[in-house]
Parts: sequence; C-alpha cells; structure tokens
Amino acid sequence: MGTADGPKLAGLNGPEGRGALPPLSASPPVERVAIEERVGALARRSIKTTAKKAGLLLAIRMMDLTTLEGKDSPGKVRALCQKARWPDRTRPEIPSVAAVCVYPNLVPVAKEALEGSGVHIASVATAFPSGLSPLSIKLDDVRRAVEYGADEIDMVIDRGAFLSGEEQKVFDEIAAIKEACGDAHLKVILETGELGSYDNVRRASDVAMYAGADFIKTSTGKIQPAATPAVTLVMLEAIREFYFKTGRYIGMKPAGGIRAAKQALHYLVIVKETLGDAWLTPELFRFGASTLLNDVLMQLVKLETGAYQAAEYFSRD
Amino acid sequence: MAEKRKKNSDRRRPGADYVETVDAPDPVGRLSVKKTWKLYIGGAFVRSESGRYLQTADKQDNYARASRKDVRDAVKAAVAAQPGWAGRTAYNRGQILYRLAEVLEGRRDELIASLTLGGASDAAAEVDATIDRAVSYAGWTDKVHALLGTHNPVSGPHFGFSIPEPVGVVACVAPDRPALLGLVGAICPIIATGNTLVVLASELDPRTALVLAESLATSDVPGGVVNILTGSRDELAEHMAKHQGVRALDLWNIDGEAAKQLELLATENVKRVTRRLQPAEAWYDADECTSLTWLSSFLEIKTVWHPMGA
Repeated sequence: MGTADGPKLAGLNGPEGRGALPPLSASPPVERVAIEERVGALARRSIKTTAKKAGLLLAIRMMDLTTLEGKDSPGKVRALCQKARWPDRTRPEIPSVAAVCVYPNLVPVAKEALEGSGVHIASVATAFPSGLSPLSIKLDDVRRAVEYGADEIDMVIDRGAFLSGEEQKVFDEIAAIKEACGDAHLKVILETGELGSYDNVRRASDVAMYAGADFIKTSTGKIQPAATPAVTLVMLEAIREFYFKTGRYIGMKPAGGIRAAKQALHYLVIVKETLGDAWLTPELFRFGASTLLNDVLMQLVKLETGAYQAAEYFSRD
Repeated sequence: MAEKRKKNSDRRRPGADYVETVDAPDPVGRLSVKKTWKLYIGGAFVRSESGRYLQTADKQDNYARASRKDVRDAVKAAVAAQPGWAGRTAYNRGQILYRLAEVLEGRRDELIASLTLGGASDAAAEVDATIDRAVSYAGWTDKVHALLGTHNPVSGPHFGFSIPEPVGVVACVAPDRPALLGLVGAICPIIATGNTLVVLASELDPRTALVLAESLATSDVPGGVVNILTGSRDELAEHMAKHQGVRALDLWNIDGEAAKQLELLATENVKRVTRRLQPAEAWYDADECTSLTWLSSFLEIKTVWHPMGA
C-alpha cells in the first residue's frame, strides 16, 4: 500500500500512455452485503479528543467548498472564497480549505478572490450536471474553464451512454477531456445515484481511472442519493486495485449529503482502513460539501470550550 | 419465571446500569410485558445515547438516564421545530394546547396510577389541576399579543409597534413535586407563545413525565416542540445551561451554589434565566400560576418603526 510520506499532487503519477478500455474482468462484481457490513462496522469507531481534533482539521484541509446553484453571483462566490481562505477569522490556527468549486463563469471571480491563498479553484464542466451535450461543446466548456483559471476540472460522465452499454464512448470522452484539461487535474463524477448498482459503480470507476482520471468523484449533488459511505468504499477498493495493477495514485472525492463532522470522520476512517495513510492528504482525498464546514467548525469550538454550539454564531453560507 | 427473567438480564448492553424490576402481580400466570420508559426527543421515544437506565423509586419501572449527548440531540430537535411552531397562528397553538388537555383527560386513570405509585399525595386532584392548567394556557395563546404588544406614541411621522416574540429554545429544569402539575405548569407558558423546549423531568417521579410524553405524542403538539429528558439534574443542568443554542433557562427550585454555577454558565451567550423557588402547594394557585408574567418571561419585545406617510 502507499508510502507513508504520501505523494505530491504535481508529478504524482509518471507520464503514462493513454490506456485502453479495461476488460470486464478487471471489474469484479461487488458483494453488497460485505460492503455494507464493512462500512457499518467502520462507522462504529469512536474518535475522540486529540484524534478527533486532528481529523476535523484534516477534513477542513480536504474540503472542496462548493456552490453550484443557478442563483450563484460574483458576490456569493467572493464570500465563499473569503470563507475558504479563513474558515474562522477568530481562530487563525484553522487551515484554509483545499479548493473552491464553482461554475465556469464564476472561475475568474474566484481566481481573483483567492489570489495567493494556495486554495485551488475547481470548476465543474462538460455540461454539468447531466453531461448530455455533444463532445465538442464539453471540450470547449473544459478549455474555457481552464483558460479562466481553474486548476481542477470536475467533469460528469454521460450516464445514459454508460447505462446503455456504450462504455467505449464514455471512456473516449473522459480521455479526450483529460487531454483538454492540460495541466488541470481531472475529477470524474460518476453520479453513483443514477448508476443503480455497486457493480456499475465499480465498473464506472475502472473506466474512468483507465481513461485518465486523476480523481473519481461520487456525485454532482443534484441527485439523491448522493455520496454514501458504501459507494465510497466500493470506489476506494477500485482505486486500491488500480494502484496495485498500475502503481498510479488516484484520488477520491465523495460529494453531496456530507453535512456533519461525524460523517466526515467516518469517511476518513474508511479511507484510512482501505488505502492507508498515504491517501489521508488533500492531494488524494476531498470532500465536496457546502454545509459541512460550519459543522466542523462548531465541533472544533465544542472541543475547545466544552459547550455545544449554535449555528447562529457561525457565518452563513 | 425467575429463571427466564435472569436470562433477559443477560442481554443487557455492557456498561448499562440496568436493574431488574419487581414482578407485577401475575393473576393469569403470564409474564407481564413491562415497558422501559424512554426519552422523548423530536417526537420519538428514544433510549439514551449512553445506554444507561435507572429504576424508579417504587421499583416498578426502568427508565432511560439521559446523557449530555441526549441534551444535544434534544436541543437540535427543539431548534429544528422552533420556526414552524412559532410560525403557526396563536389561535392554532391554542387549539393544540386544548387538544393536549383532551388527551390528558383521556389518560386520566393512567396518570393518576403513575402519580400514586410515584408518591403523589393526592393524585386525582393533581391530574385535574394539570388538565385545567393546559386549558388556561390554551386560552392565553392568542391574547398575549394584545396585552404585551403596543402601538407606541412616538414623536415623528412614524408608527412604532412593539410586538412580543418567542425567545427561541428554552431549557427547563422542572420541579420535583408536583411531578405532573409542575411539569405541565412549566411547559405550557413556554410553548404557548411559540418557544420550543427541552425539559428535564422530576427526579422523584420521572415516569409520570413520560406518561405525559405519550400524551404529547398523541396530541397535535408537533415533534420537537417539547422534548422530555429524564436523569440526573446534577449531571445534565450544566449542559443545558452551557448549550449555545439555548436562549433561555427556566430553573425550578434550584438554589445556592448550584444556581450560581448555572447562571454563570448561562452568561456565555446571555441566556435569559428565570429562577423560581416554589413550594409544591403553590402550583395549585391557578390565578398565580397562569399570570401574564409567566408568559412574558420567555418573550422578547421587538419594536418596529414604520413611516406613516403623508
């Protein structure tokens, strides 16, 4: 399993030729009961005091603070960026989040607001959230987002194509988009809530990784169910196997529905027990979330003061 | 039967101070199905997160012993329920309190039995006074605004209105006696005006509070408006006073150093603290216990200025 010091994002994986669609045998069926039992058991871990604090601070460093609404405005994105930089201005020891995730049109606003902060800018692209547009438009979408200044691209796969068996089409699109990304990192959203089974999630993960994804991500946040611990475990196991086969480190991003600090710690336990310490870094694990940050901040203050906190004392997103 | 009981007790959760209850009289030779009384949080009957139980003083029942995390969960439920409850019309809250009185009347015998077991001196009189108390506050809900709200005489081309609004979530430590009348008498003035509440029931007779919880659950009081915890006052009151989501504290018969500590903790987010020492018989004074000040303790007056026009 991964090395203790953990790989760095840039140059993490060596140059690799474009692979081919993996054979079906590369994606073994998933044992549903075993997966759900396993995440259930891991949820019962008790994480307290110093370990809890370390976990919460790590969760903040791993967060992709997200706003993906039709009503997003430059003002809202600026406010979000402010929060991404300094999640709690009264507590300077609280780190910045990993990235801000916005629509392409708002990338320039985020870029200006995050100048010099080290916070990355992620942009959704490829006709998010459905992914049902011609490839040329998707590629244009990606190139434009990168041009505007996005460091990370969150693309969606064409679930319709995947579910009707056109895996090659999905694979080719991901590969083409990876190329269009240039230096930007590519996160591939599988939208697991629409895939219907763990077997499909596993297969889609493999297709995405072989096609050149840097990260695989569960959901757009627009479909219920979004991220679940079980789906995350299936994807992490796919990542583990891919690492054993190819030596490449693929990141994981559960997104949508993660609102409580306790849930975040649960995910960290799953990562630690599946992929080891090497993956416990913002380079290889992210949370896509909007309301999680406040709950984590509330828990940190609770640890410090011993008093349960109320939402009204934290900035509203 | 004794053997069977023993087996049951082997299944207890580790660490739980589960206590065997005395067998009820068993006229038909069957094993009676006894209830473990649970906490009432968010409209559901839940075990304590801690897995702890206590036995009632009469040794007839086990009940959950709440922990600080149950306080947290209860406040969360109360916070979630508060806007919806305050948003109902005052008239509708009155209807719901009246409905509570109806349901209590239907459970009169059960309440009397529980109170008697729990050591109340005149259970029937207490239940009657309790039901009447709920009806009194049902009548209060839509009259408070007329009495506490005003149209202020201001100098200038403005209207000035002062309107009472609920403070939000209130944490209450109920009196030990009377276990039922004291509880309902403390709850009603708080919820009548749109607050929601976490209440720690009498330590001397917690079961009756949970019979009340079953009445609340089957009346129209929305889940989360009243959350009832049972357990140790010394353990839990501190966490109620500390919680930043609680806006007011209602402390009954707490005095001395303990009261001072709670008031100190309440200062952190400037909670309103209402602390009263009241002997048991005083709860039967209906005029005193339904006076306007009982309601205004948990209201904030908001003043609004509005231009008058030409």
